[in-house]
Amino acid sequence: MNYEDVVNAVSELIVRAQTELPSDVVQALRRAYEIEESEIARKNLEVILQNIEIARRSKLPICQDTGIPFFFVEVGTELRLDFDIKKAIREAVRRLTPSVLRPNAVHPLTRENSGDNTGLGVPIVNIDLVDGDRLRISYMPKGAGSENMSQLKMLLPMETGKIKRFVVETVARAMGMPCPPVIIGLGIGGSFDVSAKLAKKALLRSLDSMNEFELEILEAVNSLGIGPMGLGGKTTALAVLSNLNHCHTASLPVAVNIQCWANRRAEVIL
Amino acid sequence: MILNCVDERILELKAGDIVYVTGEIITARDKAHARAAEMLKNGQRLPFSFNRSIVYHCGPIVSGDRVISAGPTTSERMSPYAPNILKNVELMVMIGKGGMNREVVEAMKGKAVYLAFPGGAGALAASKIKKIKGVFWEDLGMAEAVWVFEVENFGPCVVAIDSEGKNLYEGVEKRVRARL
Repeated sequence: MNYEDVVNAVSELIVRAQTELPSDVVQALRRAYEIEESEIARKNLEVILQNIEIARRSKLPICQDTGIPFFFVEVGTELRLDFDIKKAIREAVRRLTPSVLRPNAVHPLTRENSGDNTGLGVPIVNIDLVDGDRLRISYMPKGAGSENMSQLKMLLPMETGKIKRFVVETVARAMGMPCPPVIIGLGIGGSFDVSAKLAKKALLRSLDSMNEFELEILEAVNSLGIGPMGLGGKTTALAVLSNLNHCHTASLPVAVNIQCWANRRAEVIL
Repeated sequence: MILNCVDERILELKAGDIVYVTGEIITARDKAHARAAEMLKNGQRLPFSFNRSIVYHCGPIVSGDRVISAGPTTSERMSPYAPNILKNVELMVMIGKGGMNREVVEAMKGKAVYLAFPGGAGALAASKIKKIKGVFWEDLGMAEAVWVFEVENFGPCVVAIDSEGKNLYEGVEKRVRARL
């Protein structure tokens, strides 16, 4: 495996994620369309499903907000690499801007756009060591509309019963702005910074993998009635996906990372 | 119905109606709104006109002479600038997603409507854009520039806020508050 192999594999990964929504997300949107009764809610979901089909067939980005690029890389400890993975990922992102990716990365203060989706700390690459001899790269573009609606709270250690309420309030505050039906990444524990990362990583999970705790929060969120695009309906969220970490006995960090319906993600194993 | 020009007929549109847009639309989002607001405050003339225009809150992906994805962006971020722009126009149509705040709804009365296009439907939106007619303020970058598009049957758009102040989002918000 060389530098160019990784650049090509990551390029293919980006195009796939931007143009083809994972089947579990499409299925969840179809189920939502079936259960909605209001004409406006159904119309919105119908257009969303049509859009997914057009994007897949024409190999066009599902949404024009192709996000800030996030990568989660797992490197097998038996693997020997003589090049910089981060550099290869950066190169793939640069090559696909602007043919597939909109230039989104700006300096946080001057607001000057770098023009190629790279910059201080961007693309955002997390690297973990795992057993084995493979290289696994997961990619998730994160749009701003939903990211802007995310929240973090340091609850009191005994307030585990208030986690559901915090999620529901975060979604209620966001209303139609993050492009519902949303997917909710919930990070619990760790620390201030770790909880946010846990929430983001939870968004890589399949929507079909929810446990009872997550389903209970999902039901509470959907009882709000915000509905598709905030115009009312039964489906405000498609899933709640949580990720836990042990934390200090005196603290309970909770992070809610909101993801729009376009829950784009893909992975490649080399 | 088809909306093909911005005249007094837009005042007859009612919240909940579904419309398709054919004709010219201009994009404007955060930076364009901020610059336009600043220029209007200083009494300067804009190189394009908001008056009798269809303003689309959108930052498209343009590759060469082709628009490849162009769904709406969150309109709420344009709320601080919209009342001043509305003060300077006779009639206007806005297209976006998620709605706008109370001051905007108030400023829209008797002159403007807000249409909601499904957020994220960028590929479908691009398929309704027939031509790029021009671009202003390209120095703001691809997503923030003011693009002039020729569109055909752009929609479905839901009239989410009408010119009498009826606001679909407000109804939903009231119900959500009651259930919290």
